[in-house]
Amino acid sequence: MSDTSTDLLHQVASSEYKYGFVTNIESEKAQVGLSEDTVRFISAKKNEPEWLLEWRLKAYRHFITLMESDAMPDWAHLNIPEIDLQAISYYSAPKKKPEYESLNEVDPELISTFKRLGIPVQEQERLVGIVVDVVMDSVSVTTTFNAELDKNGIIFCSFGEAVQKHPELVKKYLGRVVPYTDNYYAALNSAVFSDGSFCYIPKGVRCPVELSTYFRINESGTGQFERTLIVVDEGSYVSYLEGCTAPQRDENQLHAAVVEIIAMDDAEVKYSTIQNWYPGNAQGVGGIFNFVTKRGICEGDRSKISWTQLETGSSITWKYPSCILKGDDSVGEFYSVAFTKGKQQADTGTKMIHIGKNTSSTIISKGISAGNSQNAYRGLVKMTPGAENGRNFSQCDSMLLGDRCGAHTYPYLEIMNPSAQVEHEATTSKVGEDQIFYCKQRGISEIDAIKLIVNGFCKEILAQLPMEFAVEARNLLAIELEGSVG
Amino acid sequence: MLEIKNLHVSIEEDGTEILKGLNLKVGSGEVHAIMGPNGSGKSTLASVLAGKDGYEVTNGTVAFCGDDLLELAADERAREGLFLAFQYPIELPGVSMSNFLKQAVQSVREHQGKEALTSGALLQMMKEKAALVHLDPALKSRSVNEGFSGGEKKRNEIFQLAMLEPKFAILDETDSGLDIDALRIVADGVNHLRSPERSFLLITHYQRLLDYIVPDFVHVLMNGRIVMTGGKELALELEEKGYDWIKDETTQLA
Repeated sequence: MSDTSTDLLHQVASSEYKYGFVTNIESEKAQVGLSEDTVRFISAKKNEPEWLLEWRLKAYRHFITLMESDAMPDWAHLNIPEIDLQAISYYSAPKKKPEYESLNEVDPELISTFKRLGIPVQEQERLVGIVVDVVMDSVSVTTTFNAELDKNGIIFCSFGEAVQKHPELVKKYLGRVVPYTDNYYAALNSAVFSDGSFCYIPKGVRCPVELSTYFRINESGTGQFERTLIVVDEGSYVSYLEGCTAPQRDENQLHAAVVEIIAMDDAEVKYSTIQNWYPGNAQGVGGIFNFVTKRGICEGDRSKISWTQLETGSSITWKYPSCILKGDDSVGEFYSVAFTKGKQQADTGTKMIHIGKNTSSTIISKGISAGNSQNAYRGLVKMTPGAENGRNFSQCDSMLLGDRCGAHTYPYLEIMNPSAQVEHEATTSKVGEDQIFYCKQRGISEIDAIKLIVNGFCKEILAQLPMEFAVEARNLLAIELEGSVG
Repeated sequence: MLEIKNLHVSIEEDGTEILKGLNLKVGSGEVHAIMGPNGSGKSTLASVLAGKDGYEVTNGTVAFCGDDLLELAADERAREGLFLAFQYPIELPGVSMSNFLKQAVQSVREHQGKEALTSGALLQMMKEKAALVHLDPALKSRSVNEGFSGGEKKRNEIFQLAMLEPKFAILDETDSGLDIDALRIVADGVNHLRSPERSFLLITHYQRLLDYIVPDFVHVLMNGRIVMTGGKELALELEEKGYDWIKDETTQLA
């Protein structure tokens, strides 16, 4: 590659995070460190019923056995530094616990945060009709459009509120898809999760608005342990959006969220994520560790769960949004763009577990690596013995910007039914000098050429995102690529 | 418009000298054809003029409308009005023709101090110019050159030429791989675009392109230099006799 291209790619690869700032909202923190007392403190703070505390404690004890046997997962293509779990504060809630009728009452500081992030909450509400359940650190601060949701019998609230108001639903479904024994981080989350979102769509309801949660990690030294539970009843539909940005930090922040989705007969869930947490500085110091367990079960026949994600942030990402296709004729989809630069590491992909008959899944993953980053796709397609006529199509494409980064693909196929059909395609390409030259010869600058080419590469994934989100996603990718050049 | 003086060019990687003192002057509105055997340096000349990386100019100058062309980056040359129709057009998966051309046209127009076109005007322009080379207007939503047939790719180059309205256009073996019908379409398009303000440099192996696009001058490039210049009849002579007689003649002269 030419010198100018190399320089530019270097600049792209080392561009600084644009959303690094801290909002000064007073917080109340748990004592630093992990212990049974910590778990009891969190549960008491949240005024939880006994059964939930018991569940947390079981998870905690399980986690301790994992920790003692050194069971932190080490199979990913990641280089994870030692994490001192005793140095983390496990609970942080804004001190003022506001309850708002309108956004006007919200702390102006918070509103200004949104403005700096380029998220015009009010505009979105008014123009687009999105309900935003804002998770600032761990406690939801504002929920809007409840009236509209109420009318349809839809429940969309913070996890804590759901525990108080709809304990029977929470108790019935919590841990159904991701039990606390599932993995190291899921066990930790189950013990100390602080808050999150809960969503229930009753039978035969098509949720009229896109449900959206903006997660923010805002408290220095606070691990964020969100828990999201989405239950979509027979014949219902919901589109759920999750977007994240985080303030700049000098210390690593652990984030171990759990998302569970349950889809009944003929239900459909579309879950979209833009993940843009602080990736660390150019030397890779201080970014978020993003160890997330996301899984949905197509419990009912003809149900469908679709995951779409744009991953650009975090210093380390470990994340495999998965589908258990239990119902006959159920459908799972995974569409992903993972962009890494600087010293970022990502090991992300999906699991499609086919159990029911005539189940089908589609996986399309696009990895873009720049700088000194490492970007791995890891995916499992499993056809269990009962998965008659199961089908899967997987496509994993990687693009390299520069010659110091890495792209890796680890597909796992376990086929135990002879009638199943599984297809896998994978490509790796370098942004060609010839492609850049072609664009430049038409008068397009080098940075714009790279943006065009990368956007083209991701096109079919971005097209899966809801309209407004897709625009945000394209902007984000452009900003990420722009670096100091733009 | 364009004046090349004593141009020496080597391949950066291994230092092989390809152009060895090339001289060429192209006036406004003129059409020049450069012919020559394989390996004579024709495509290198096109690449160097367009500013492709990988070549080193060791000697000589290129003036373009009074400016030092070699000082400009490839995208600056394009914005100044230099266009290259590629011998092998590049595919840009997922990048739509309309998005690509929008960026290209607007950046060229902005540089030339013209106001930006509205989306409507741009689409209208695309429709008109596509018709010039018989391209389906539906191509605007297709990815650049992806899945295009060989003939479509070449016509697409001329379509882009028409959209960008350059002062100076280089056609690098645009005729190669075209059947006679496609060749006629491409040639008609180019002839339509000829104007007193626009010059062309046609790089070709074969005389047959010049039946359709009649040049003002024909040059023979051999071993990195222009060894003979004539009118359009020179092309016919080359077609008939090949290049060997020139080789003999020039060696005799030397």
